[in-house]
Amino acid sequence: MTTLAAIGRAFLGVLAAIGRIVLFAAETVSHLARPPWYPREFMIQVLHIGYFSLPVVGLTTIFTGGALALQIYAGGARFSAEAVVPQIVAIGMVRELGPVLVGLMIAARVTSSIAAEIATMKVTEQIDALVTLSTNPMKYLTLPRVLAATVVMPVLVGVGDVIGIMGGYLVGTERLGFNAATYLRNTVDFLEATDIVSSLTKGAVFGFLAALMGCYFGMQSARGAAGVGAATKGAVVAASVMILAANFVLTELFFAA
Amino acid sequence: MIELRDVHKSFGPKEVLRGIDLTIPKGESMVIIGGSGTGKSVLLKCVLGLIGPDRGEILVDGQDVTRLRQGSSERDAFLAQFGMLFQGGALFDSLPVWQNVAFRLLRGSLKRPKAEAREIAVEKLRRVGLTPDVADLLPAELSGGMQKRVGLARAIAAEPEIIFFDEPTTGLDPIMAGVINDLIREIVVEMGATAMTITHDMTSVRAIADDVAMLHAGKIRWTGPVAQMDDSGDPYLAQFITGSPDGPIETLR
Repeated sequence: MTTLAAIGRAFLGVLAAIGRIVLFAAETVSHLARPPWYPREFMIQVLHIGYFSLPVVGLTTIFTGGALALQIYAGGARFSAEAVVPQIVAIGMVRELGPVLVGLMIAARVTSSIAAEIATMKVTEQIDALVTLSTNPMKYLTLPRVLAATVVMPVLVGVGDVIGIMGGYLVGTERLGFNAATYLRNTVDFLEATDIVSSLTKGAVFGFLAALMGCYFGMQSARGAAGVGAATKGAVVAASVMILAANFVLTELFFAA
Repeated sequence: MIELRDVHKSFGPKEVLRGIDLTIPKGESMVIIGGSGTGKSVLLKCVLGLIGPDRGEILVDGQDVTRLRQGSSERDAFLAQFGMLFQGGALFDSLPVWQNVAFRLLRGSLKRPKAEAREIAVEKLRRVGLTPDVADLLPAELSGGMQKRVGLARAIAAEPEIIFFDEPTTGLDPIMAGVINDLIREIVVEMGATAMTITHDMTSVRAIADDVAMLHAGKIRWTGPVAQMDDSGDPYLAQFITGSPDGPIETLR
């Protein structure tokens, strides 16, 4: 019986956590419709989450695009289909790897820093101080971060898609002997609007989840250095898992026949 | 005037407040003393609405603040009359000192032009003994005493009617503690504000208080004017004042 009780408790715990996160998300979004807003905070977050993430996005996707081209060439060679490299790189990058890799890098870079910052603010009573200064932390801290991440992530994913394809193109033309013009023509001809729309939509959803998890775990942080550490770890793990799960659901929605 | 009536608060099985009754008349400086972990901070946070009490009423100027909804305009108006000095300062470390002090004046209902807000911030910094060149530093670049002063300047920036001080002298050397105590006293008198301080520093009590209340075992053990504190006849209070390990208060906490 104790084993069953333990399983039940764990399951109820998970359900309660999901409930709390959904309520937190609903409250965050509801502040979008209710002033005051803090546009300056939003712009700062756009800069931090968007602009300063560009190098890491570029580096991640260019190497992945290059490796993808090599793999598809080697795999395709088994049944004389080497020529499909541009098409598969484009599809693979835009539909899956671009959004997922950028999402995971944002979870590592942005979710962790949001969680650590807000948790530290909580631990040092800065969140309480905000309240006593008539400022709602959900409006001042959470909404600008979540909104900024949701808005800039599609742009980051778009940039990541392009650079990933470029990685494939560089490997394709320099190492695998593809003609540059043909490579580009094949890429452009093969991609459809749905591919790009799905890619950018995934970006927006992943951005929302990444920032939301950072804020949620930060706000829930326990006291002390250990509390901040646990909040940061929890936020990154939750954001990564949610991004991968959401990716599956979105792929199902967009591409399932 | 702040009135607490039968305020209860538990965290899980732990009863922290077990029926607090306390009145702080307008313009008076009330200091609440008590050992570590007796719920002083919880009491203060209940009044501010940062923690909701389980039971009881908290009236500020006749209005029950426990019924104010989070984010409502009544609650905003209620908070607008408060200033609070946090134990660790709780300065926003991403903002320079002057923006910390002028935080309320840069956004929300009290918003005013940046130059004017800065001017007020510099004026408040001067009031707490800091020079204008501190204004552009970040909180992390200040010493503990200076952070306390900045916290104090932020608490008084919007001319509050009620000011709370959470252990204002903790972590300071005796001389700096004395300076902060004097500053608090001067400011409270000069602004005519109602003040509520929680501390376990008896020097602070004598410097700041009009009235003293002692919190013990979740209840107000003794309350009265500071002048009567030394011959209260209450063994708990006497033990606390002298800091003796022998007496009715358990020392193993």
